[in-house]
Amino acid sequence: MITHHLNDKLLMAYSAGSLPEAFNLVVATHISICDECRARLASFDAIGGALLDQDDSAEMGAQSLSTVMARIKTAGPVAKEKPQTRDAVLPAPLVAAIGGGLDKVQWRAVGGGVRQAILKTSDKATARLLHIPGGVAVPDHGHQGLELTLVLQGAFRDEDGRFGRGDIEIASEEVEHTPVAEPGMDCICLAATDAPLKFRSILPRLAQPFLRI
Amino acid sequence: MVQEKRPFWAVMAGLNSVSRKTTAATSDTDWGDMLRRVAQTQDSEAFAALFAHFGPRVKGYLMKSGADAASAEECAQDVMVTVWRKADQFNPARASAATWIFTIARNRRIDMLRRDKRPEPEDLPWGPEAEPDQEDAMALQQESEQLAAALQELPEAQRSMIERAYFNDLSHSEIADATGLPLGTIKSRIRLALERLRHSLN
Ligand SMILES: [Zn+2]
Repeated sequence: MITHHLNDKLLMAYSAGSLPEAFNLVVATHISICDECRARLASFDAIGGALLDQDDSAEMGAQSLSTVMARIKTAGPVAKEKPQTRDAVLPAPLVAAIGGGLDKVQWRAVGGGVRQAILKTSDKATARLLHIPGGVAVPDHGHQGLELTLVLQGAFRDEDGRFGRGDIEIASEEVEHTPVAEPGMDCICLAATDAPLKFRSILPRLAQPFLRI
Repeated sequence: MVQEKRPFWAVMAGLNSVSRKTTAATSDTDWGDMLRRVAQTQDSEAFAALFAHFGPRVKGYLMKSGADAASAEECAQDVMVTVWRKADQFNPARASAATWIFTIARNRRIDMLRRDKRPEPEDLPWGPEAEPDQEDAMALQQESEQLAAALQELPEAQRSMIERAYFNDLSHSEIADATGLPLGTIKSRIRLALERLRHSLN
């Protein structure tokens, strides 16, 4: 049961198409497993539809329709879309971003038993997978900018409560939190941020450039 | 059939007489039904009506998003080609015609302006094979109209914030939380349709 959802700002910006790629990936992954937010997104898309349907339009060229009809007539059959794949932990948008399932993730140790894998996105924001052994604290960090953390396996707790599979934590500048993975199953999260994290402990400040976070 | 090599006014006149014969292109036009006709019988009259209504709107949307007239024209044409080719994927229980065309135009705009990639959520297995529920489709249509009316009645500042969010790329942090729009009804409708779908899959 998902209890921590996307907020309206993120849904509207995703619907409008104005989020950095890393955030788009988190939003698409959450919606893949959350019907509540899938339905909310549809209502934000409906705003886009209503705006499009307003009268302030721009006249099309005189030959526009005939050009389009000619293209339709000569176009080949619609290409079959590649079937989407997912695995037990990773929804389809993540499998596509990684180029495979959980076994294809290139983990790197970042200290304290925590491993991470940076995903390739545009440089406006960074997306990475985090693997946190059960019972282990994620290095204490404060934020600039916005950080989204989506749980894919296991669970963590912090000042804001418990976050299990599908739950998303939205942390803005003011928040300083210390997530701890619940004992038991290792916790796997997708995290995205548009600013470098400032680690307070465990990881020395010097290490930051090498971590690319 | 399509009027070719005729002056613009003649094409438009042709379109108007076509739409009067079939369905008058008024605000009451059932665009979803037009899409169904394109999908099922490759009905070029229905498509011409869709084109006359949505083509200029898609072009206007692209220009407000920062495209120059020439590339907006070209991309609007691309969008309308996609509307024809993917008409069978339109599901009236899931979105209004305007909403569905908006999503196509938005994706084309992201490509055109080389904006950040926008991965789609995992697909649900409801495509053409899942027969859309007529009642859901009608209710969704009504609720979409109510939403459009509510959008018109918003205070100017709020309305302009929403327009800028969709056209001019306000960043997520610049978007205000409250939209003042009745989104709940549409959300509940989609939720209901989702629950039916999940139920039918089990
Ligand atoms: Zn959600």
